[in-house]
Amino acid sequence: MEDSPVEILSASTPKPRIGIDGGDDNKNWRRRVNGVEVSVPIVCGSIAFFRGKKAKEYRTHNWTVYVRGATNEDLGVVIRKVIFHLHPSFKSPTRVVDSPPFTLSECGWGEFKIDITIFFHADACERKLELSHLLKLNPEIYSGPQSPNVPVVTESYNEIVFPDPFECFLSRVNNHPAVHVSKLPEGLNLPPPGAFLLLSLLNHLLLLVHDFHCNVAGDADDESYYKMKKGDTKDYPLSHWFLKFSDADELFKLTATRQKVQADIAKLKRQLVMVDAQPE
Amino acid sequence: MGGTDAKDILGLPKTPLSLTQEKKSRPQKESHRKPDGISREVYALTGGVAPLMPSIDVTHLKRRPPPDEKVAWQWLPVKSSARNDDLQLFHWVRVVNDVPPSGDYSFAKYNKSVDVLKYTDDEYENHLTDPVWSKEETDQLFEYCERFDLRFTVIADRFPLSRTVEELKDRYYSVTRSLLRARAQSPSDLANHPLMKEPYDMTRDRERKRALSMVLSQSRHQEKKDAEILAEAKRITEMRLAARRAAEPDVPANENIGSVSPSSNSQLPATAVAPSTLTMADYASTLASLRMLHVYLRTYGLEQMVQAASSAVGLRTIKRVEQTLQDLGVNLKPKVPTKTVCDEHLELRKEILTLLNLQKQLQYKESEGSSHREGAYASMPDTPKDRVFASEPFSFGAERPIKKEQKRKGPGRQSDTPSPAHKRPRKLKASDL
Repeated sequence: MEDSPVEILSASTPKPRIGIDGGDDNKNWRRRVNGVEVSVPIVCGSIAFFRGKKAKEYRTHNWTVYVRGATNEDLGVVIRKVIFHLHPSFKSPTRVVDSPPFTLSECGWGEFKIDITIFFHADACERKLELSHLLKLNPEIYSGPQSPNVPVVTESYNEIVFPDPFECFLSRVNNHPAVHVSKLPEGLNLPPPGAFLLLSLLNHLLLLVHDFHCNVAGDADDESYYKMKKGDTKDYPLSHWFLKFSDADELFKLTATRQKVQADIAKLKRQLVMVDAQPE
Repeated sequence: MGGTDAKDILGLPKTPLSLTQEKKSRPQKESHRKPDGISREVYALTGGVAPLMPSIDVTHLKRRPPPDEKVAWQWLPVKSSARNDDLQLFHWVRVVNDVPPSGDYSFAKYNKSVDVLKYTDDEYENHLTDPVWSKEETDQLFEYCERFDLRFTVIADRFPLSRTVEELKDRYYSVTRSLLRARAQSPSDLANHPLMKEPYDMTRDRERKRALSMVLSQSRHQEKKDAEILAEAKRITEMRLAARRAAEPDVPANENIGSVSPSSNSQLPATAVAPSTLTMADYASTLASLRMLHVYLRTYGLEQMVQAASSAVGLRTIKRVEQTLQDLGVNLKPKVPTKTVCDEHLELRKEILTLLNLQKQLQYKESEGSSHREGAYASMPDTPKDRVFASEPFSFGAERPIKKEQKRKGPGRQSDTPSPAHKRPRKLKASDL
């Protein structure tokens, strides 16, 4: 009997090798490493506090929207800037955050979809990435009047994937805690993260200096002072509200379900064989 | 009355009052009278509303002949231009005011005849001689053509020498064409004549008839196979186009596509039905397009791969896969989409597709076996896609696939064990499932 025509084979991954990026001049730093994947686990979310007694008609909640590393590491190694597109009712609704931690705090009354555009460093990718987050101010299930001490936290886990990354990018981020690099091929000689790192570091320093100038004059609240110090969100003021994401449960559920489905498939195949054996 | 008092206490409407209320509203509604000329039933059909545009002028419906006309029916002889003999026929004629109707017999215009050309002996000598056909035969053919209005099957039956229909046609049309060409004053006259524009080709006619008879005599099985192969071919060309489009701008991706499509090409002639290789190329082209983006979100990547997996199936199957996932307690979109989770999720979806397809195959094979072939014709689908829809009436729906699997455990095991013991395997009954 011919093989069941419905068996779908899984796609095999291509063999890793260094490929030449078509169209660019063959400078070393623009060479891509094929078969390697750089992924950055991120969490995109919002935390909203009810203002309680201080609440006014149009300013009922203080909320913060952010893009953070899933393990609260510094995303500045990969992300250059993040633009949060707020509802047009906000003043200058296009908010640019050009240094980590990529957070934005505001005060408002309404829930809306925030479009987020992420820009990467030049050695990572020249294209921007779009995602969106629905800002939630009120809890899903009503459980009495909102307390100003308990926020509404909405977070979603995702991963930014860089397939076939540039050599220079790979060498720069390899072994950085915010970044996960897939298995490198044998005998791959990455150039030391030399000249380019210096450039990016300089860039970073310039931005920090700029921030310092802007913020030290005005009210140095927790956040802007914090920005000067470091880009990770481990000690971020709201970090204790952050959710922890683990794929263990989901993975367990998936593998168990797959086993069950595979067993059912085997059973059906046996039955099919039996039916075929019957005379018509 | 006690009844009304009780109702008063309970606060229920007193029935006599409600009745009068209803009576009041009803006559209000049915107070419009139906218009004249339409029967009551027809009026009710249209929902009690007159049609906006009366299709027939209402005044025509019950029209009576104007009273000043005198109408009588008379038995009169008929003269028809269609008849060329002396037979005298009679029929009833509606005579108005003693004036019989004028004009030819109304059906005479339907007596069409073919313009069969007549040639002289000279013309025959000059243009129409043929090694295979003698003059007598040709004359006879033309006489028959005139008599039987070019009904070649009839002519073929009556022709004294046994000639096939195609041969007769060929001779008639070639003679007529030569005659037309010979007689034409100028070539432009001829150009528009249908016989000149589309000449009769005997071999093509034979081929056409043979092909038709082949199609007619095809068995159901053959028909299904042909339809399947055509569907596969269509899918393959579409997938190849997609792969080509995805591979165009990026050079490294091209090499990957290049390695996949020759393999799918070589596998095609081997198996008539090979969706596995098609989906392979689907995945490859999706991966290539993802790679071309240079950066993408894991959830987006999963979405694209899921779409690639579902590209070869219909919407109903996709919904069934999602329903199965829900029934099994799996999130349709993973909550923590890491690489491993996404890979597992995709593999699970593929496996569920396989499972559903196998279920359908099993149903189909069982329905084929249990009902006679003739009876099963009505429900037999043509293409693999249709197979999905045709099996809906069976109870194997997506509602509770798990439960059905569990039910099958019992009889499945039972039928497994006796088979080695018995000489003939026990026939699977529909009641087993």
